[in-house]
Amino acid sequence: MAQSAQWPDRQASRYLGKDIPRVDGPTKVTGAAKYTYDVVLPGMLYGAILRSPHAAAQVRSVDASAARAMPGVVAVLTDIGRAARFAGEEIAAVAAETEEIARDALKAIRVDYEVQPFVSNTLRGKDIPDRVGEPQVNSRGEDPDTLWAQAAAVVEGEYYVPVREHLSLETHGVVVRWDADDALTCWCSTQAVHGVAGELAAGLGVPRQNVKVICEVMGGGFGSKFSPGVEGLTAARLAKAAGRPVKLMLDRYEEQVASGNGPDAYMQCKAAATSDGRILAIKADLFGTGGYSRRWAVPFPYSTYTVPNVRAAMHGVQTNAGSQRSLRAPGHPQGCFLTETVVDELAVALRMDPLEFRLRNVRGGVWDQQLRLGAERIGWSRRASLPKSGRFRRGMGAACTTWGGGGRGGSVCEVRIGNDGSVWAGIGTQDLGTGTRTYVAAIVAEVLGVSIERVTADIGKSTLGNSGGSGGSVTAASVSPAVMMAALSARERLAQTAAAMLGVPAGEVRFADGNASAQGRSVSFAEVCAKLPSGGIEVTGQWNQALQRSGVGGVQFAEVEVDMWTGGIRVIKVVAVQDCGYYLNKLATESQVIGGVIQGVGMALLEDRKMDNGTGRQLNPNMETYKVPGSLEIPDIDVVLFDTHDQVTGIGEPPVIPTAAAIGNAVFDASGVRMRRLPMTPKRFFDAQEGRMV
Amino acid sequence: MNNFAWLEPKGLAEASQALKEGGAALGGGIELLCLLKDSLVTPATVVNLKSVSGLNGIRANDGIEIGALATLTQIAQHERIRSSYRALAQAAESVGSPQIRNVGTLGGNLCQRPRCWYFRDPEVHCLKKGGAKCFAVGGDNEYHAILGGGPCYIVHPSDLAPALIALNATVSTSARTMALEEFFRLPAQRMDHETALEEGEIVTGVKVPAEMAGWKSYYYKARERESFDWALSSCAVALRTSGSTVQEARVVLGGVAPIPWRSKEAEAALRGKTLDESVAEAAGRAAVAMAEPMSENRYKVALTRNVVKIALLEALK
Repeated sequence: MAQSAQWPDRQASRYLGKDIPRVDGPTKVTGAAKYTYDVVLPGMLYGAILRSPHAAAQVRSVDASAARAMPGVVAVLTDIGRAARFAGEEIAAVAAETEEIARDALKAIRVDYEVQPFVSNTLRGKDIPDRVGEPQVNSRGEDPDTLWAQAAAVVEGEYYVPVREHLSLETHGVVVRWDADDALTCWCSTQAVHGVAGELAAGLGVPRQNVKVICEVMGGGFGSKFSPGVEGLTAARLAKAAGRPVKLMLDRYEEQVASGNGPDAYMQCKAAATSDGRILAIKADLFGTGGYSRRWAVPFPYSTYTVPNVRAAMHGVQTNAGSQRSLRAPGHPQGCFLTETVVDELAVALRMDPLEFRLRNVRGGVWDQQLRLGAERIGWSRRASLPKSGRFRRGMGAACTTWGGGGRGGSVCEVRIGNDGSVWAGIGTQDLGTGTRTYVAAIVAEVLGVSIERVTADIGKSTLGNSGGSGGSVTAASVSPAVMMAALSARERLAQTAAAMLGVPAGEVRFADGNASAQGRSVSFAEVCAKLPSGGIEVTGQWNQALQRSGVGGVQFAEVEVDMWTGGIRVIKVVAVQDCGYYLNKLATESQVIGGVIQGVGMALLEDRKMDNGTGRQLNPNMETYKVPGSLEIPDIDVVLFDTHDQVTGIGEPPVIPTAAAIGNAVFDASGVRMRRLPMTPKRFFDAQEGRMV
Repeated sequence: MNNFAWLEPKGLAEASQALKEGGAALGGGIELLCLLKDSLVTPATVVNLKSVSGLNGIRANDGIEIGALATLTQIAQHERIRSSYRALAQAAESVGSPQIRNVGTLGGNLCQRPRCWYFRDPEVHCLKKGGAKCFAVGGDNEYHAILGGGPCYIVHPSDLAPALIALNATVSTSARTMALEEFFRLPAQRMDHETALEEGEIVTGVKVPAEMAGWKSYYYKARERESFDWALSSCAVALRTSGSTVQEARVVLGGVAPIPWRSKEAEAALRGKTLDESVAEAAGRAAVAMAEPMSENRYKVALTRNVVKIALLEALK
């Protein structure tokens, strides 16, 4: 059975592939859902972290005597960090009776810093040799320098995608309670309950099985919340020192300077195409920063196109800024924007329709089909008649995306059915906000033929069966096969009891609408459960490769209006054609695509972490000046789920990848202004129009 | 944020005295809370002006009088303001988000401190905070001044002020009444605050003269994010016209200078002219003729030229 498992036909299903409202939606909108931030324990203290104001410094000494003497201060740690590599790096910490006392105590700690020189950002650091790592060269085919002469079109330019932040609404943080000298419970806003448990155990020197991590619901992670982080380990140490539970949640400033970011990408590029509309060669030097580490690369040229001759050198730049962490499709939005802008420029240089040029150069049939479909949905044929003069001008652009999204082995789901008819499914995954809890319940309900309300989906605890972190869009394809296999196994057991009750072979029993039926007879699900031997069913299911698959393509088209007088860009519509395989919950899948597009609009128009060269500090560590879209920035979004196969594939990441590139290409189509630097603000518009580049 | 005492003064005199003794005035609290949280002010007392009577409300009789505690929403929705002093309603409606407009007040909007990211960083000791230099000079000055700057290059963040100055408003305080245009101070004149307010002085309201109801006005604000943002550049215009001929014009810029910037140059370019696109363009050019952009804000020159043009052309509609 295991090998032949398959997902139910959506036409005949009750839940799967349909619109399933989130099972925890009501608790979230009423405020009943308890986030880490909401956890309050008896005797709990509040932790806070002292951070370096300097971008680069050695700590000579820390004097916390005044802080220790303050009423309400219970524990102080002065050995968290002995050096600062960015402004915001952790130095010391306190736990106190109130958050206010904790913050006041931080101000009372005297740190003697030996301040050192710093480099704040890529554009400054790329020209300083000892800040630049050894290049990684992506090389194939001929040296492009030998090919320019035979090209029909050559384009050349500088491009820049800035550092972007995750900007989770719920900041990073934990509540830690020691249950014994070597055992603790940690409520953590995380996308990896098992991963956090392992890191806490290793970091604190306690047995892994003595660490319980809980994340019932969480307010966004986007790749930044796999680890307990310095704050998690610090809270645990404070709690140990104080002998009381400690809550330590980052504030918005801390969240923005110290909890990760998506790296930037600066590029100098020369590219060429042939007279028959094929990309001939790309030569590029790319620079970007992951913070202090010199590790950095983006996928370039982006793999959606056939580029026969490439020399692309990636240079990691060491800067005194917060470290990178995975940010929703790490590297891909950058690689896609850089590639798709160059591709669009080549089409323009050849005087070829950019859609036609893409059709000639995409690497596979999926993009070919999707480009044609997307063009129809946006009305690409209207493009020529859109207004191209006067103050308000309109245009259209396109870009392609690709991602994996297959599952990873190792997930284990347990299903229990009681004699009272209760159904429980438990798996140690977590809901990053994607609707995991809902499809766990829906799969079990579907297989057992019961209402989703009857199923309790228990997730978000490291004491439940193993499952990996929610990153790389792997969760659905990792979790759902294990849940499916557990549910099928439970149904087999139910069928045996039902078969005996109905006097039919077990293989003939069908479960639907709360009943078990065969040969025209039926008994209710509850009646079958009441007759289950030995008090009920407890089964586990393992991940099954046959139920999932990796590899998706997608395209997006954008229509924009450019105000030539102000440089204001209004995104009117985005068509997102997303390859997605078997979607478990249509509503949540479309919602994922919509969320990706909105984040892509932010990347296109607003998001830009700014590090100051003079002070070494972030200039916009708040949501006033680090801007993300509001309601008026969000376009009409037309989601087209393009299911090419019937296995589950994750699509959390691919929809964010092409949006900015499609918008940039549409802006050029509308205005004739090629915006090679993001975000496309009025400043960047006038800078590009007046020839001020990167 | 430091600990502070809370005072509900019985009247202006008590409030004024408390401010002189190290208090901070609280109207809607939007701005004060920002300043407190970043420890940019550490008052001994927070003085709740809402306990003082007579600072509320909007009175439309001879012109329009607006109390310092009138909210931005009240101003934006006031029927007489919408019909007769359009630029003011538009300016009020352009501030922040609905939640901010429901709480933020006229007085707070006029007296708010700069949004400069160096000024707002608690760790940066800039000129405005008694430091030795303006970090925007040679730093990231994308949002800074192109007119009237030096030695500090903040821009004034108020949306209401340009509209009110275009409408020739006067401002009253606990001590005096003056033209609102005279209320603001360039950094070269005064570094520690952007207004003429003296210690203990409290804004009580503004008045727009009745004759301005006959003028055509408009407020246009260019920003990065339509949902919720400060002006990159804004322009309030008020025109007294005869047919399509401009008899008299008042043109005030926001977001480009350390104070709401009245452009006499643009006004001169309009006087006696028939307002069409080329005249509006010429007025826009005149408004930025003296602009001195910094390393990262050259875009504001073209943008402001066009913002003036848009405000003028829209004012006629």
